Amino acid sequence: MPCTQTRVPRVLIRRDRQKDALDFLELWNYKDLLWVLAERDVKLRYKQTLVGAAWVVFQPLVAAGIFSLIFNKVAGLPGPKGVPYFVFSYASFLAWNLFSSTLTKASSVLVQNSQLISKIYFPRLILPLSVVVSSILDFAIGAGLLIGMLWYCRICPGWEIGLCPIWLSGLLLLGIGLGLFLGSFMVFYRDVQYVVPFLIQVLTYISPVGFTVSSIEHLPNTLQLLFWLNPISALLDAARSSVLNTPGPDPLKLALSATTTVGVFFLGMVWFRQLERRFADVI
Amino acid sequence: MSSNSSAIVTSNLTKYYSIGTTACKRSSAAEAIADWIKNPLRHNTTGTFCALSDLSCEISSGSIVGILGRNGAGKSTLLKILSRITEPSHGIAELYGRVGSLLEVGTGFHPELTGRENIFLNGTILGMSRTDIKRQFDEIVEFAGVEKFLDTPVKRYSSGMYVRLAFSVAAHLESEILLIDEILAVGDAEFQKKCLGRMKSVATSGRTILFVSHNMQSIAALCDKSMLLDGGRLSYYGDVKSGIDKYLQSYCPQNNVDLAQPESRRGSGEYRLAYMSPVRQMFGGADLKEFEFRIDRRHGTAGQMFMQSYIYNSAGVIVCQCDSRLTGFWIGDTQRIEGKFSFRTPWLKPGTYRMDVVISNAFSLIDDCQGAAVFDVSPGIPYGFTAGDDSLEYGIVFSDFQWSQCGPLSTAREGYHGAMPGEPARIGIGNGRHV
Repeated sequence: MPCTQTRVPRVLIRRDRQKDALDFLELWNYKDLLWVLAERDVKLRYKQTLVGAAWVVFQPLVAAGIFSLIFNKVAGLPGPKGVPYFVFSYASFLAWNLFSSTLTKASSVLVQNSQLISKIYFPRLILPLSVVVSSILDFAIGAGLLIGMLWYCRICPGWEIGLCPIWLSGLLLLGIGLGLFLGSFMVFYRDVQYVVPFLIQVLTYISPVGFTVSSIEHLPNTLQLLFWLNPISALLDAARSSVLNTPGPDPLKLALSATTTVGVFFLGMVWFRQLERRFADVI
Repeated sequence: MSSNSSAIVTSNLTKYYSIGTTACKRSSAAEAIADWIKNPLRHNTTGTFCALSDLSCEISSGSIVGILGRNGAGKSTLLKILSRITEPSHGIAELYGRVGSLLEVGTGFHPELTGRENIFLNGTILGMSRTDIKRQFDEIVEFAGVEKFLDTPVKRYSSGMYVRLAFSVAAHLESEILLIDEILAVGDAEFQKKCLGRMKSVATSGRTILFVSHNMQSIAALCDKSMLLDGGRLSYYGDVKSGIDKYLQSYCPQNNVDLAQPESRRGSGEYRLAYMSPVRQMFGGADLKEFEFRIDRRHGTAGQMFMQSYIYNSAGVIVCQCDSRLTGFWIGDTQRIEGKFSFRTPWLKPGTYRMDVVISNAFSLIDDCQGAAVFDVSPGIPYGFTAGDDSLEYGIVFSDFQWSQCGPLSTAREGYHGAMPGEPARIGIGNGRHV
């Protein structure tokens, strides 16, 4: 037996261990697992499909088409100046999809991997975090197409595009935060799986995905306030206007959104870690 | 690491499950809310079940510990706590070294992914790093014998190949502490032998292994310590031989907990098996194996009942099932039923056997008595001649067979006819013995 007196890792097992502060070092040690799960996610999605990854661009294109048809042609809402409505709604849908696909996947990933949770130990946070990779990948592919559209329409983003990653991470953070909350609840009560699609449907309509924020300026003040209390509104508007070089939301609204987002994420995290220790017993 | 330092120390390890939640009483939020409205103060737990109670022990590093115990004794719970999947209700455990756990073969395997992809996926899930897997990749593939099918999705694998691949990944885990739950019972005999060999070489490399199995042979072959759990309590920790003896003794009539405590057994309990005993403690392999039994009425009526017995060999394999419905034997409601159960075939190989007895009626299980009787089969062989050990090596029972030579067959067939219609063709990879 080799007598190397290297430092032996010591694992202490006791009750309520998860109530301790989040162990980032441990999370880092499991980065391989995060990556492998994300890889599996991406590989599996389009196995045995006919057009494969084309679905990634097909979906936002169709959604953008429908949005411009309904909101622009049928409802007669104006788009931002100098930007074709289709490009505008495509850009919004990309940002929106980053949020909604993260939320959908993060909330269902625990139940889908119940086998893993009941048979193997790993920081459970890895699972909801792993879905982010495929959401970002989808976004990146869609964004490539958007760049093409911008070039074709001669739209040149201003310096604000430098801030775009911040708004996008905000949307991502919000998606994860809500996903952590709903996902850990779903472990105990499967009702949540019916709630999530409905919630996303509602959010699609009350957030400015298919229309500009100027379209709501004629609404009563209380309704406008409610509109801006939804943290998605300001983040989404900021993200797309930074790319399309149109006026964005004012900083106050953005600050409110950012605060709500960080709050949701933090609460989601705390909630998740409270319930985490019972996952394997209940799932 | 010196061999006398400890690898695992547990003190007062206890795990309760609340029966209300484990039985999945409520799995929709609406029901939970309804319950809460009906009874807002009461915590919805109908009772607690103690899966593990006050387990304290110290396992020194480098020891291979076989964990013994009946179903529900707490073996799997202990492994789940030590592998950090679930947390204890009380108590502390300390583990010194990286912990790898194999509670299941092929956790995370995905049918759509190829063999190669699944090796990386499964290996990482088990806690190996990417570089570890790359380094051992060829070895894993060779051990599983799936070189040709590396880039085939595992859903196209035969079940044998699938299991071999899954086990090979697990077998190359290099953590200092390994927790293994009854996973050697996979694959064909040949592969099991190979697995046991692999485990042995792992065992000699100075790592600490906790190993749950119902197979006494593999425990005896592999382990140097044994731990016996009984009803969640540690009832023995020491050398492997006496552990196995104690475990087998716990099935003997005089200290059979199950037979002595009819109330703790599963089943609705209108009737309980009160006595079951072989007429002799030792039978010859080809003898008529005869048992006497008595069933007592506890409460109520149960109508027509039938009995089943399951004969287990010492490896934990069910050798045969004897269901009284097949012989037209039914018992009706009376205060006390006495009777005999016997069987002549199969001819049993020498060793210790145990019998579980189940009483049921058309609607439900009435009594499930594990280890109702234990008996031995004498070491002699029931054949007329003797040959080398190789003549007896295979199979789990002996057979009453004949070889003979005679004149021209009435239905003489010329040449080889190949597989008969309806007979499975024995060409598939899964059937092959080559590994």
